[in-house]
Amino acid sequence: MHPLAERIKREFADGFVDSVEWRGDLAVTVKRDAVHAIAEFLRRDPEVDCDYMVHVSSVDWPDDDERFEVVWEVASIRKRHRIRLKTRVPESDCQVDSLTDIWHGANFMEREVYDMMGIRFRNHPDLRRILMPDDYAEGYPLRKDFPLQGKGWRDTFEFLNEKG
Amino acid sequence: MGLIQLGRHQKDGEIDVITTTIERAVNWARKGSLWPMTFGLACCAIEMIAAVSSRYDMDRYGAGVFRASPRQSDLMIVAGTVCRRMAPVIRKIYDQMPEPKYVIAMGSCATSGNIYDSYSVVQGVDRFVPVDIYVPGCPPTPEALFDGILKLQERIMQKRVFTKQPEQVKGKVEA
Repeated sequence: MHPLAERIKREFADGFVDSVEWRGDLAVTVKRDAVHAIAEFLRRDPEVDCDYMVHVSSVDWPDDDERFEVVWEVASIRKRHRIRLKTRVPESDCQVDSLTDIWHGANFMEREVYDMMGIRFRNHPDLRRILMPDDYAEGYPLRKDFPLQGKGWRDTFEFLNEKG
Repeated sequence: MGLIQLGRHQKDGEIDVITTTIERAVNWARKGSLWPMTFGLACCAIEMIAAVSSRYDMDRYGAGVFRASPRQSDLMIVAGTVCRRMAPVIRKIYDQMPEPKYVIAMGSCATSGNIYDSYSVVQGVDRFVPVDIYVPGCPPTPEALFDGILKLQERIMQKRVFTKQPEQVKGKVEA
């Protein structure tokens, strides 16, 4: 096991689930309740020192019990390493702690995950849609059960009827 | 050109008198000074830019003075993928252009949505603005855009000047 994954496993025995290392990339899966504490550790620990939020994304696994997966990728510019932090989110309680208070760069990317997948981030300072219009009512387009061609929004031009 | 030359000067045989209709003269002036609106939305815009620059030089057809304001232009070249969120903006800018105004849908995306059969992409800009010329290609070469402009100029020559053009919007969906 990667030494960093071993440290996480030792220090957060309750929150650690799994770690995968593939072609030099380390991905650690943790429990949803432990995400914020582990992220804090990745940011503050002088050995890990991940000061850069690379990306936030999400995956939809429609057949799994815990349907959604949120992925944060963080890196250390000084130490030159990166780590992927994953957690699973069930559809019934579709929310997870925001990491915006640790990395400000997560702000817009978490909004994008909320916009496209409908996962809510607790304690996010400004959780609004970012790509779709604020009044978009058809749901979350990147979910697997969302029809590819949408639900009619792309063919509805209400502004044509506004003018006399 | 549409201009008819009839008489010749008595003494030296030089062309002296040209007769035509006002409609043809106005159309000739209009087609020779098309001022396009820059409306680059995606990669087609790169070809549109190439068409204006020195190697191709769209100014040869009188259509090289790209305007950044709809109020000064009479041709809107919609170049690129039209997302649904962009649609009200395109319509507003089209409404701001003074008559007579023309629209070229440049590329497969602006014409039909191309491969982007997705929830956010409008399947052709003709769903909310009337389009005069469709230029196929992904992206069209500058030569293809020129062909579209020349075809548009041919069409302008056939237009009636002193009557208002009817507005045609295909596929208008009832709200």
